This record gives sequence, C-alpha cells and structure tokens, in this order.
Amino acid sequence: MPVETKAQSKHRLEHVEMRQIVKRFPGVLANSKVDFDVRAGEVHALLGENGAGKSTLMRQLYGLYKPDEGEIIIDGNPVVFHSPADAIRAGIGMIHQHFMLVPTLTVAENVILGLTSKHEPILDLDTVSQKILELSRSYGLKVDPAAFVWQLSVGEQQRVEIIKALYRGASLIILDEPTAVLTPQEVTDLFATLKHMVKEGHALVFISHKLHEVMEISDRVTVLRDGQVIGTRPAKEMTRNDLVKMMVGREMKQIAPQPIRSGPVRLKIENLHTMGDRGTEMLRGINLDIHGGEIVGLAGVSGNGQRELAECLSGLRKVTAGRIELDQMDITSLPLKNRVESGLSYIPEERMRDGAIREFSVQENLFLQDHASPQFTRGIFLDFPRMEAFASKMIREFTVKTPSLDTPVKNLSGGNIQKLIMARELARHPKVLIAAQPTRGVDIGATEYIHERLLMQRDAGTAILLISEDLDEIRTLSDRIAIIYEGNIIGIVDRNEATVEQIGLMMAGISMEEAVHHSA
Amino acid sequence: MNQVFTLGAIVGILTSAIRLATPYLYAGIGEAFAQSSGVVNLGVDGIMLISAFSAFYVVLNTGNLWLGLLTAILVGLVMGLLMSLISVTLKAEQGISGIGLHMFGLGLSSLLFNVLVGTVKTITGFPSIKIPLLGDIPIVGEIFFNHSILVYGAFLLVPVAWWILDKTSWGLRIKSVGQNPAAADSLGVSVDRTRYISVCIGAMLAGVAGASLSISLLDLFQDNLTAGMGFIAVALVYFGGWKPLGIMGGALLFSTVNAFQLWMQVLGVNIPSDVAVMLPYLLTIAALAVTVNRARQPAALNKPFERGES
Repeated sequence: MPVETKAQSKHRLEHVEMRQIVKRFPGVLANSKVDFDVRAGEVHALLGENGAGKSTLMRQLYGLYKPDEGEIIIDGNPVVFHSPADAIRAGIGMIHQHFMLVPTLTVAENVILGLTSKHEPILDLDTVSQKILELSRSYGLKVDPAAFVWQLSVGEQQRVEIIKALYRGASLIILDEPTAVLTPQEVTDLFATLKHMVKEGHALVFISHKLHEVMEISDRVTVLRDGQVIGTRPAKEMTRNDLVKMMVGREMKQIAPQPIRSGPVRLKIENLHTMGDRGTEMLRGINLDIHGGEIVGLAGVSGNGQRELAECLSGLRKVTAGRIELDQMDITSLPLKNRVESGLSYIPEERMRDGAIREFSVQENLFLQDHASPQFTRGIFLDFPRMEAFASKMIREFTVKTPSLDTPVKNLSGGNIQKLIMARELARHPKVLIAAQPTRGVDIGATEYIHERLLMQRDAGTAILLISEDLDEIRTLSDRIAIIYEGNIIGIVDRNEATVEQIGLMMAGISMEEAVHHSA
Repeated sequence: MNQVFTLGAIVGILTSAIRLATPYLYAGIGEAFAQSSGVVNLGVDGIMLISAFSAFYVVLNTGNLWLGLLTAILVGLVMGLLMSLISVTLKAEQGISGIGLHMFGLGLSSLLFNVLVGTVKTITGFPSIKIPLLGDIPIVGEIFFNHSILVYGAFLLVPVAWWILDKTSWGLRIKSVGQNPAAADSLGVSVDRTRYISVCIGAMLAGVAGASLSISLLDLFQDNLTAGMGFIAVALVYFGGWKPLGIMGGALLFSTVNAFQLWMQVLGVNIPSDVAVMLPYLLTIAALAVTVNRARQPAALNKPFERGES
C-alpha cells in the first residue's frame, strides 16, 4: 500500500529504487518494466540514445509524470509523488537539460521560488543570499546571489541549478545531460563538484549519451534502449565498445576522415560585423577562408556569435560591416533567394523553427525553396508527378524513415527531419554549406549517417562550415578548427595540431599562444 | 484659447485628471497581475460594465454604497473565474476568450439595465473627503486631497501592488509562472492555481474600476458606460512595462489629456468635439508605439502551460 510522502525530508536518503516502471505516451511505450536503483555515495549513470526513455524515467522519479505501472521505493517505503513538490520534500532534486530558471529574476529569487520564506509573505532575500554563499563555498560553486540569471554564462546557470537542489536539502540529485552545453574546463569543474557531493553522501543519477564522461564519473551504468533496460553494470568492468554495443545494438563504423586536402577558397569572410537581437555587437570582425573540399569546424561556447555568423552567411541577418564572398562573388548584401541560387546551402540550428514547417508534408518540405524551379513546374502550375518522383528518390537516398510523402513533418523523429533537411540542401550540390548543430538531438544512427554525408559532400568539393557545440563532432569531422569567442575568431588550428585542452582554453577566451603555453 | 490657461482652469484640469485616472488605475493594475502570470485578459471592459451596473443597481435599491462595491467585486470574481476556466483550465486562445468575455459583459449589462432600470437615473455616490491639513494647502490640496475614497484607494493601490509583485513570495510566484512556467512547475509551484488567483485579482480590480465609474465618479449607469476604458487599461499595462508605477504614469498622462479636452469643450474652444474626444486615444497609440519595452514582457504571455512540453 503506497504511503503518501509528507514532510519526512532532510534526513539522508540511503537507497532509492524504481521497480518495474511502465510509462506509455500516445503511440509510444516510453518505459517498459524498468528497474533502476541508486544508493547514497554513488554516481549511477543512465546511458542511452535520444528517445531511449532516460529523461522520462527520471521525470517520474521527480514527480513530473506518474508511472502507469510499477513503484518507487525510498529506503524500503513505497511512495507516490503527485508533483515535483512531493519529490522535493522526499529529498530528490533534478537538474534539467533545459535549465529551469527564470531569466528576469535574480539568482536568489530563483533559489527561493516555491519555498516559503521565514517572514512570509515578505521575501527575505538577505537570508537566502547568505545561505547561497555558504553552499557555494562548501561545494565550490561560485555564484553571485544578486546577479540576474540572464547575465550568467551557461556554466554559472548550471551552478545555480545545483544550488537550488542543495538549498532544498536534496540528497538524491538527478542530472539530465549536464555536460551538453559546457566547455571542457567547465566539465572538469562540474565533475570535481559532483565527486565532492558523492563524498558527502549524496546519491547522483547522471544522464548522458557521452561514453567517456560516463566512464569517468560513474560507479554503475544502466543502459536503456527503446524504453527497456539492456543492463546494469559496474562502470569499471565496461569498455567503450561494450557500452556502444549495448546502446545501439550493433557495432559502430569508425569514421576515418581522409587527410586534409583543399582546393581554391570558395567562402571568404572578411572583417564581418553584426548586431545581435539585444542590440549589442555580436560579431566583431570575423575573418575566415574556407576552401573547397574542406570542413572548417567552428568551436565555441554557445552565445559567442555562432548563430549570428550562420545567419549572416545565410542571409537571415543584416551585416553591419565587412564582406562575404562566394567563389569570388560578393554576396554580402545579396538576398537569401539569390544566395541559394549562387550555390549556398544552409542547415539551420533550430531545425523546427528555421529548417522545416511542422504542419507541411515531407514532400512539401522538400520543395520549400525549389518549388519555382523550371524542373518542377509547368507554366504557373506545379508538376506534381515530377515532384513526387524526385521526393521519393531523395527519401530513399537519404534513408528518411517516413510512412509516406504526405506525412506531416511533425510526426517524424528529430533524426529523420534532419535527414530530410540535409536531402533538400544537398540535392542542389552546393558550393558552400553552412551546417549549424547538424546532429543536436539526433540519435546515434542518424548522426553516423549525417557525418558520412558531410564527408561525402566535402569530398565532392563543397566548402563546409560546421558549427557545433559538440567538440567531439568537430574534432572528428573538421580539417581545420576555428574557435570563436565574443564575436572574434581567436584561433584556427589544424585537426591534428591541438589538444582538447587547448581548444577548451581558447573557447574560454584564452588566446592561442597562451593556450599552447598553458597546456605545454 | 487664453482662458484655458488661467490658474483656475489648470487646477480644474488637474483635479479632474486625478479623478479620471481612477478606473484606469484599478483596471490597469489588475490587468498587470493577470499578465504578469502569463494571461492576457482582454475582457476587462466587459467585467467593468457588468460590475458598474451591479454596483449601481444595488445602490439604487438599497442606498448602501459599500454593499454596491462589494457586489461589484464579487461579480468581478465570477467573471475572473470564468476567464480562468476558459483560458487556464481549458487552454483556449486568450485573445478570443477575452473578446468573448467583453461582448458578454457589454450585452448583459445593457440587457439588465434596460429590463431592470430602463432610463438613466442618478444615485448619490461616494462623497468627496477632504484630508485634514493636507486638504487645506492652496491649489495642491484642491488637486490631490479632496476626492472620494475610491480615488484615494486607486493611488494607494500603486505602492501596494508594487510591494506585492516585487517584495513578496506571492509576487515572485506570479512573475515566475508568467516568465517560465516550466521552471515554476519544476519547483512545485502550481502554475494553474497561481494563474487563477492572478486573473481573479485582476478581475476583482476591474470590478472596482467599474464601480468607481458608476457609484463614485459619474453616479449613474447607461449603455456602454465605459466606452472602451477597459481596452485602454490593457494598453496602459504595455505602456507601463508591467510595472505599477509605469501604469500610473500612463493613466495620468491619458487622464490629463482627457481632462484637457473636456475643459476645452466646456469652455467652447472651437474645435470639433469628435476630434477632441479622439485626442487621448491618438495619444495612447502614439505613446504605445514608441514606448513598448518587449524585454520586460512576460515571456509566457498568452501561452497556455502544459507539463512535459519543452
């Protein structure tokens, strides 16, 4: 008989178990009889591809969803959580992948939100700030309680999230893909904090799909695939390949990029300046040449001008100064349509906002740009038979999994939508390709395929700018790596020249010479 | 034209400006609560109309002003619950449900007025109260310290609303569900409950706004008494950047121009009255166009919340 959790918190949780958890969403079995447990003083990693059911499982432990079947047992007592408030009272905290912070409020206000203050109804921010500073000292989490959240870097925001959980006395903390947005140095700092927390007796659940991080930080690993537990093992006994096989269900091909090889400069960016949405200058004189047949990876912490650069190149954002050349032709102020016609393709970062129309069918999305091309029209009418023939061919070639050409794009998975956008953009055999975050939120299988296509396109002579926050992706694919910091390219290195650490230091704004010096 | 600028005229204009700001203050600050929590209530005008009629009718029959005011607040509450049900629980499009609420208020108040009262009648509303000492200061006393209790209440509401929104746990919760409901939800703040309460506070204040017209400023009721005041109040919230003090600034600007054009008409200044009446509205549009600060707008304004969408 499940017992309601009351304010029994603040004592240390020793053992939290989830037994035979089943969770269905319309048309999807997200968790199928999942067993999972975590103990005080350990990091238990939850590994799996996107859509494997990791976040869903943890959202049930945090009271955001209710399991359809199965039970949650804390220190031997079955509990039922109706909302996060119940989970918080039971001593559970969660750091979400998309931070749950209110940007217009201060750090202290974000921390106290939802709690009652000592002098209710008056907010007692001084006391809160005091306690935040204490926590920040004892766990090495540097934050300013009076700062507004919108002023903070991503790493600082994450520290606020951890403090929020600690402030509520959480002894089990769930971290959902905590490293996805951090620089390598910030990851190191985070891991130091996590190790300290474990030593203090906290229990941690670490959700990730990055194998080396899982192997570094965790004591045990549970792998989920298609909503089912494939296995739970001590991390020490596992190799990288074992984990991949468990995650994907097969061996992965090794991508072996060929040696660096390049033709003439196809994309030339000279002293490019532009303004951001908030009216501040986001690009401050970008210089970058990309040759035909090479991939240049743009590494950087998000918000340093990557999005603005991609938008300037694709024609979505006005350039305030500088020059962009495509095959020696000045395209700086060319309208978007003409850029596409002169051989520029763009895979946007926000694929559902800028890359596809949710409600439109697969076929319609394939013709968003080329619907007026003589190839697919007869007079003023669309030539549907030819469009269909072309669409079917593209779907096959790019292995887009869709029930039909008429299926609305919103019903496809992220990976398949991305393949569809790739199909549309590469069908034109572009001279220059801007690929922004091409594999974010895409499963391993599709990622592998997208990487292969990018390399194929490179070998066909296209100049590719690959913008990504995933340093592994950049290092695997790029011939050269450019590091962007506060709207400037602060270093360009060949793939084999720089270590992760050096790139990481440059991402944090340390110049190339210093970075090399530092790590030497 | 010169007689508009005599001392007496200026004092008269400013005194009416203070009085005329009253309904905008109640309705605008009420709307600021609703919008801070993420709900645009366009039905303010309709709520004002029904409440104005209810207050008037109760006073007409009982002579009890406080009972009239209480009725207006309760009617506002009922309308607020209706708006919350439609836009928070049923997650309907807020703009449309607000317009529906306005039409409902407009129609029902006219119907009830025509059936229950029939012709325009006046009542004795809240009397002016001269504040001791302060009221005796020449000019200043006349402009600021000789008004009815509802006028004082409207200006007192400004610091009270500021204090609630910026200095209390309640205000923090209201702002958080308007800015990032998913974050509030993840900390155990009930988004729906907070929005219900905010919308209802707003609607009850719209009720007071309506009553301030019918039982304090004008002491009568007629068809469409508000003539769109509720919509101006919504605009003032944007103008004021969702801050009570800013809303007060907007309300005073609007009411001053309005008082000015009324005086011009009274004094027979030779411009067509339709143009004069239009002035404050033109001003509102112009002011809105240049002042709106999108950065302060609640990020989740107009967006129903459903858990699990990210």
